[in-house]
Amino acid sequence: MAGLGAQSAPGPFTQQPDLVDRYGTIIPRPPDTHKDKTTNPKVGAMDAILLQILNGLDKGSAYALIALGLTLIFGTLGVVNFAHGALFMIGAFCAVTLQRLLNLSFETVDETQTDFLGNALKVKTPYVEAWFGPQMGGAIIDWAVPLAILFAIPIMVFVGYAMERGLIKHFYKRPHADQILVTFGLAIVLQEVIKYFYGANPIQTPAPEALSGIVNLGAIVGMDIVYPVWRVVYFLFSLLVIGGIFSFLQFTTFGMVVRAGMADRETVGLLGINIDKRFTVMFGIAAAVAGLAGVMYTPINSPNYHMGMDFLVLSFVVVVVGGMGSLPGAVLAGFLLGILESFASMNEIKSIIPGIDQIIIYVVAIIILLTRPRGLMGRKGVMED
Amino acid sequence: MSNSNFTRRGMLKTSAVAGAGVALPTIFTASSVAAYTNEPTGSSVTLGFNVPQTGPYADEGADELRAYQLAVEHLNGEGDGGMLNTFSSKELQGNGILGKKVEFVTGDTQTKSDAARASAKSMIEKDGAVMITGGSSSGVAIAVQGLCQEAGVIFMAGLTHSNDTTGKDKKANGFRHFFNGYMSAAALAPVLKNLYGTDRSAYHLTADYTWGWTQEESIAAATEAMGWNTVNKVRTPLASTDFSSYIAPVLNSGADVLVLNHYGGNMVNSLTNAVQFGLREKVVNGKNFEIVVPLYSRLMAKGAGANVKGIHGSTNWHWSLQDDASKAFVKSFGTKYGFPPSQAAHTVYCQTLLYADAATRAGTFNPCGIGEALEGFEFDGLGNGKTLYRAGDHQCFKDVLVVRGKENPTSEFDLLEVVEVTPAAQVTYPIDHPMFAGGALGSCNAG
Repeated sequence: MAGLGAQSAPGPFTQQPDLVDRYGTIIPRPPDTHKDKTTNPKVGAMDAILLQILNGLDKGSAYALIALGLTLIFGTLGVVNFAHGALFMIGAFCAVTLQRLLNLSFETVDETQTDFLGNALKVKTPYVEAWFGPQMGGAIIDWAVPLAILFAIPIMVFVGYAMERGLIKHFYKRPHADQILVTFGLAIVLQEVIKYFYGANPIQTPAPEALSGIVNLGAIVGMDIVYPVWRVVYFLFSLLVIGGIFSFLQFTTFGMVVRAGMADRETVGLLGINIDKRFTVMFGIAAAVAGLAGVMYTPINSPNYHMGMDFLVLSFVVVVVGGMGSLPGAVLAGFLLGILESFASMNEIKSIIPGIDQIIIYVVAIIILLTRPRGLMGRKGVMED
Repeated sequence: MSNSNFTRRGMLKTSAVAGAGVALPTIFTASSVAAYTNEPTGSSVTLGFNVPQTGPYADEGADELRAYQLAVEHLNGEGDGGMLNTFSSKELQGNGILGKKVEFVTGDTQTKSDAARASAKSMIEKDGAVMITGGSSSGVAIAVQGLCQEAGVIFMAGLTHSNDTTGKDKKANGFRHFFNGYMSAAALAPVLKNLYGTDRSAYHLTADYTWGWTQEESIAAATEAMGWNTVNKVRTPLASTDFSSYIAPVLNSGADVLVLNHYGGNMVNSLTNAVQFGLREKVVNGKNFEIVVPLYSRLMAKGAGANVKGIHGSTNWHWSLQDDASKAFVKSFGTKYGFPPSQAAHTVYCQTLLYADAATRAGTFNPCGIGEALEGFEFDGLGNGKTLYRAGDHQCFKDVLVVRGKENPTSEFDLLEVVEVTPAAQVTYPIDHPMFAGGALGSCNAG
């Protein structure tokens, strides 16, 4: 009956009553294999909160990775790079490209089947499957996205290097407004180029079969928190990349010089170190970080040419909230805003403040900038001259 | 000193009065000079195809443009004639429209109302387009329809599914061949009842704009009428990309059906996210959890890949239909372009033929004459069976297809399969139905 569904559903810890037929005979209920959990509001609410924390960490992973790259570029070269979202998008299309390359096929005519025009069907067989056999070839195609990491790193470093040397270096001495205009223009050009070759519709780029599906993260503590495997992989991957970048800057000589250059570029230059060259390398690394974030994001949402712009504005808010030029601030703000955004999407919150899900990030940004004008972890003197 | 009465001002006044006097007897006929906006005077007539050439629906726009070009070819007597051969009206002879060669100009709606209005305005004012058609969004369709009403040209809507287009925002100069949210609901509800029963709890995720609102209202009303309970209706921003935070609350809501009132990229992402979160493997209230996508687009479904398998929705037309008209159109389009047409391509091709036919039957390009010819026009042979262009709201009433994501597709185009053809009578509603209330058709404007 209508209206009963939400209230009468049995929960996982509720013993369901046996059925009684019209003659009063008790019919034992078969063992419950359902995952229902709607009658225990506490469990439901706890699950919902934990799920939104996971969602927030997941969203925050992408924000943090993009913001980290933005901060690296701003901290080293002093450039506000509005094309950084486009780098994220190009990374995603590296995965699409590799998927297409692996799916390059030759055609054989199958007379027993017809195509939509009634002609003999041309069956496509990927070269990879022909070379390595259907099983191995299929597995290689299936793992296109993880394999694209290797494919994307050199491409993204090159794209970053070319972007910096070819265009952005000419704007170092120009005002930030000029830098924003030229990089924003570049972002539009890049996305239109991608649209020209790949079209405007989203392109499905699935995760490997083994990493698809869901995992019950609450099983250890006796809860039922199912979460997509690939999203967990994405979160762990982002932690790995963030850890890698921080280690690189903290524990290598190259990183030490870069950090010194970020603190006082002139002095490092006076010591005879070619800091510009190192900063160019950092631009390439920042591009690669954005690109990797894009590659791994493709199974979460099918990539399209516009995905970079969708993330760009949010990532800038993340950078400003975290504190301009602060790498830990960017990461912290990324995860923080991701979690807040997820919580704001909960119906309970939206029923109190309708539409809060659309503005939460900006509201938080305003509050933080009013109370801490340099952002959460911003340093004195950055962007204040 | 001259006392002549032939002053400059007097001459102008006299000329104006004389001109009006000469024009008066013929101003109500089609052949009068500038009797209506952009009356074609040469040997050709210009149509304005206003489609998204940039922006998120650019691929649908490109497919619409292909269909328009094909329609123009067929109208001008080129190609194999396509659905001209199957169309029940035999007025069109392949010699253009009223003997004038059909030419066209294109505009880019960018799927933005202001850009769409600007491009339509430009085509009307600068290019002399006598009719505007196209679009892939209800917001845009409603905006351009209003503009065409003011400008005095006919608007043959493209892909627009909001009830409002022929409901509260209907206009005398606007005509819609595509179906609407109410029709989707009326076609889907009985199928869903058969498949999933009457004791279901539905959770709606809805794109926050005119189309989403009217579809949500239609589907909720139709499913509640058959006994379903609507657990929640959640509006999602149109710019959303990751729907995970909207999907997560569904898991604990007690709902056992998720209705995705999303289209385009939103649909691809929300459906992908819902499948990722294991909703389809979930069992709630003792029933398998189900997902419904009320408006399917094959072009968009491609982006969701295997996630569409087994998921039901509705569509205006599908290339796999086996009637003569659909086969003729698929053959014509497929031979020219190498792949089958989308429903967007089909509806705009039909709209172009219907406009040309109406002009021919009316013997004029005057929008009022064409409107009169389209109003109450019954036809067949355009792929949807017998169809009526209802006079009272300018909405086409025809069969609606209920489709399902195909389990074992044989090609990249073979994503959907038709599970039921819902007869037109079942999706027909009275003109004063509350979901279409407000607004008035008004009278036609010839400019």
